[in-house]
Amino acid sequence: MTDILKEISQRLQGGDAAKVGELTKQAIEQNLPAKQILNEGLIGGMDVVGQRYKSHEIFLPQVLLAAKAMYAGMDVLKPLFLSEGMPTAGKVVIGSVHGDLHDIGKNLVAIMLKGAGFEVVDLGNDVPPERFVQAAKDEGADVIGMSALLTTTMPAMRTTMDLLRKEGLAGKVKTMIGGAPVSEEFARKIGADAYGYDSAKAVDIAKQLTGKA
Amino acid sequence: MREIMEIPVGQVKPERSAVLETQGIPSQAELSEEVELLLRTAGEAFTECSQPVCILCSISVPEFERVYRGEGLNEKKTPLGEILKQADDLALFAVTLGEAITDKIDELFKANDFAPGSMLDSVSSAGADKAADIAEQRFLGFLSEQGKSDPSKATMRFSPGYCGWHMSGQEKLFEFLRPEGIGIELLDSFLMKPLKSISGVLVYGSREIFDFEDSYGFCSECRSRSCRERTKALLGNTRSAKKKGTA
Repeated sequence: MTDILKEISQRLQGGDAAKVGELTKQAIEQNLPAKQILNEGLIGGMDVVGQRYKSHEIFLPQVLLAAKAMYAGMDVLKPLFLSEGMPTAGKVVIGSVHGDLHDIGKNLVAIMLKGAGFEVVDLGNDVPPERFVQAAKDEGADVIGMSALLTTTMPAMRTTMDLLRKEGLAGKVKTMIGGAPVSEEFARKIGADAYGYDSAKAVDIAKQLTGKA
Repeated sequence: MREIMEIPVGQVKPERSAVLETQGIPSQAELSEEVELLLRTAGEAFTECSQPVCILCSISVPEFERVYRGEGLNEKKTPLGEILKQADDLALFAVTLGEAITDKIDELFKANDFAPGSMLDSVSSAGADKAADIAEQRFLGFLSEQGKSDPSKATMRFSPGYCGWHMSGQEKLFEFLRPEGIGIELLDSFLMKPLKSISGVLVYGSREIFDFEDSYGFCSECRSRSCRERTKALLGNTRSAKKKGTA
């Protein structure tokens, strides 16, 4: 890896957004391929952050500072991918389920997924089952991610799974669920492909579900 | 009793450990300077943007049974369904931190300031819980003024959306409590606006009535441990020998 890509990765791990943006510009000026800057500098840095988070060396705030730095670098790179689009690890349609307006957890998962190179279509909160299914079809999503904070909105996950089966999409579009009251057992009961305990786990799962692990 | 109470912000500023817990950080963890700064800044923003206020209203058991029945969508058996029959006194409550704090959190996330946004969200959630604690204390104070204070008794609060009380229960709760008076609006999805608001019922009675098992149908699908933690805090070592939750 070139020195500048190493520095981008290190500055990103330290959450220095301004410096990451500046170094990304410099890397472009050095004629480094945009894809290499993205994969080795930015995504490579976020991978290290994800590993350190999972091993409890750092905590959520530091991950989020790094995510901001990642976004700063991606903003510089985006114009270079205009014609062919940003390379992605897969496409995830994500939302808080019908009846649930809590979206901080879902937002954190979306941020982490983007940081890992996924394209994320965020449907927001209070998303009805039909909208999840339609968005998955329209966007050609690899994964649907559903979040719930309230025990009483968890059944909306089951309804969405039922609709996916009815539409013949279950298994073709993978599903992962998460949120404070949700459990592995519940995921099994409703036939979801996976359950993510936290945002770091959600990224691992998305990679597994899309064969990028 | 029907009372609206403005709460000084200083009284709802949450403990450091409560904020760290919602960020998934152990309270004894040594934090980096940048995380300490995020905590301080979020605390300052919380003080600046929060306008905590609460509303309390006494309700009889039969009246509350009607409120609790709601739209008929509750789970068949719930802890509150059994507890309320044994309650001495009940009050509906709602607390809010106001709209400005939610706007500030949204603003931070939109600017990609995820870490400050997430930290402020944690401070606000813990702060809203503290506001609900104050509502609970005020209810106890009211009971004391009525000569009903008894150290062997306690209060516990329950909210729609949790432990089998369907979210649609908010509709009847709002009809009775009318928290619009403190700026809380009920949305079609039965959630409240401002988002950093809590509503529910305060139940006062013998400590033993709150000693419920977490073996209801919906418990197996829930990994939130808050009910067990609250029960443990309330009952301490006085819990009976029957099968207990995992707290």
